[in-house]
Amino acid sequence: MSAQATAALPADPAVAPAAEDELLAHFDALVAGGGTVEPRDWMPDGYRRMLVRQIAQHAHSEIIGMQPEGGWLTRAPSLHRKSVLIAKVQDEAGHGLYLYSAAETLGADRADLLEALHRGQQRASATFNHPALTWADTGAIAWLTDGAAVINQAPLCRTSYGPYARAMRRVCQEEAFHVRQGYDLMRALCEGTPEQKEMAQDAVDRWWLPAVALMFGPPDTEAGGADARTAALGAAVSRRAMAWGIKRHTNDELRQRFVDQCVPQAERLGLTLPDPAIRWNEERGHYDFTPVGWDTYREALGDDTHWARQRIERRRAAHEDGTWVREAAAAYAAREDADAARQRTEEPA
Amino acid sequence: MTTSSDIRADAAVVETAAVAVAVAETATETATETAADVLPSAAGTPAEAGPTDPDLAVHLLRLGDDALVLGQRLCEWITHAPTVEEDLALSNIALDLIGHARTLFTRCGRLDGSGRTEDDLAFTRSERQFTNALLTELPNGDFAVTVARQLAYTHYAVLYYEALAGCPDAELAAFGARAAKEAAFHRLHADRWTRRLGRGTPESTRRMQRGLERVWPYTRELFEEDDVVRRLAAAGTVPSPAPLHARWEQHVTGVVTGAGLTVPAPAWSAGGGRGGLHTEEFGPLIAELQSVHRQFPGGTW
Repeated sequence: MSAQATAALPADPAVAPAAEDELLAHFDALVAGGGTVEPRDWMPDGYRRMLVRQIAQHAHSEIIGMQPEGGWLTRAPSLHRKSVLIAKVQDEAGHGLYLYSAAETLGADRADLLEALHRGQQRASATFNHPALTWADTGAIAWLTDGAAVINQAPLCRTSYGPYARAMRRVCQEEAFHVRQGYDLMRALCEGTPEQKEMAQDAVDRWWLPAVALMFGPPDTEAGGADARTAALGAAVSRRAMAWGIKRHTNDELRQRFVDQCVPQAERLGLTLPDPAIRWNEERGHYDFTPVGWDTYREALGDDTHWARQRIERRRAAHEDGTWVREAAAAYAAREDADAARQRTEEPA
Repeated sequence: MTTSSDIRADAAVVETAAVAVAVAETATETATETAADVLPSAAGTPAEAGPTDPDLAVHLLRLGDDALVLGQRLCEWITHAPTVEEDLALSNIALDLIGHARTLFTRCGRLDGSGRTEDDLAFTRSERQFTNALLTELPNGDFAVTVARQLAYTHYAVLYYEALAGCPDAELAAFGARAAKEAAFHRLHADRWTRRLGRGTPESTRRMQRGLERVWPYTRELFEEDDVVRRLAAAGTVPSPAPLHARWEQHVTGVVTGAGLTVPAPAWSAGGGRGGLHTEEFGPLIAELQSVHRQFPGGTW
């Protein structure tokens, strides 16, 4: 915890209980009224913990999410697509940086968070435990998983924690752009040779489930596919996050929104989404689809597979290979600071 | 140095935009308005007919190959850089370099009368038809080797593109001015890392010096002058890089010694790239670059 974060908590434990009630009441009223919590404001520990966990997981997902597409940078089939893909992967690095910065305003330290990721104590989105096997995968990832990310994250632009909301506004704007690029890439393939179209369909067949299941989290309603007990449990977590203004919709609501968006887009592309249950439900005004139950969710996770290990391994190798560089930069900065300080004392004002 | 991150919007707009992704049907915007937009060109568009100049085509192809091949090498770093900031910086530099290659290739395809597009030139030539300087294809090595390679190339690129900005051809001059500005950012990046590593820890000093030793024999080729360049320079079409070597040496010497390092004095000098004679590591680089494009003959991207 940084000095800043500690200072934001009640200073004297002896007077804390009474003061804390008052602070909590003020905090609850602020959040209920749609107000924004800023780093120096008092906040409940649970709120801080939930945010650090969520923001760190998101930051890790951006960094790990660079890998499946990053592997295709050297093979992009046109210079235009190569430029677009470099820009996208670059955006993801930028998102990681904004988000780690947002987490740092809560007293977390980026180095510690990365360490937790490398040790497997914190996770990135399991979506990226899936492999990008062909060029079309870069399009399917951008169209489907970035598309899911936008739906998931757009409400976070109004989340209660100020630095997170501000980071998300920028992130979402860029993600929306990635979705368009992904769709455009898929369209080019679908309008190309039969082999190209086949490659596009194969990529969608493999990326649909990771997008629809993993990008939205486990089912948290009975209608969404959870049994009564887990639905209640999921709903309780979602409710807590929603009361704090960290989350604004249930996972299953957002999932439905995603399906409703994708089905017509897939139709226009001439691609088939790999779910035979997808059909328009006039009564509900939504597309029906196979509910993402816990079994499906667990199966899609791909924990501890070859690719899941590979993602973390690459991340760890980059970090370890770069240790001497970071040490050099730190030593250089310290020396510069010391030189500047010495100069100040040698030159009296 | 433009990314889509330059665009801002408030939350409400974003949420609307998210649902309205279908707009992609009618627009094919990209996040990358790189140097390629200096010239009216696009991938897949047949080159316009215009005056041909085989010498200038050869020269621009060399410059374009330098940019493409170095950009390709930098892409190999992405997701493996020492920090996330460096993933971002190296991808940004790669993006600019690919942009330079696109502009240069498009012009080359018009000047040689072949009508080849930027993608024809990037993806359908064989190893022996690439004319980049060997420096740009050297494997990345450790971060210090990459920084040393960047140091040598960026100091050259700024000088050459600044000179190109003064050439009589308006299109090329505009490209030179823009590329010089971008290369100046890349040079700043290389200068700062050379200094940090040179004055960092004993290990980084040792590695940075070794990086310089590794790449220095390959720097001279950037300034080589052959009959093609001599004819172009004599006609006043484009400047020759040869006279820039003294200034390059002066600039890089300042940076290297300022970093507490020694400018290498290599006993030999590499060459051959301009004539299509490459290192053995170059074949795999080209195979990787072209693999998807060549795998789908007649494909559209």
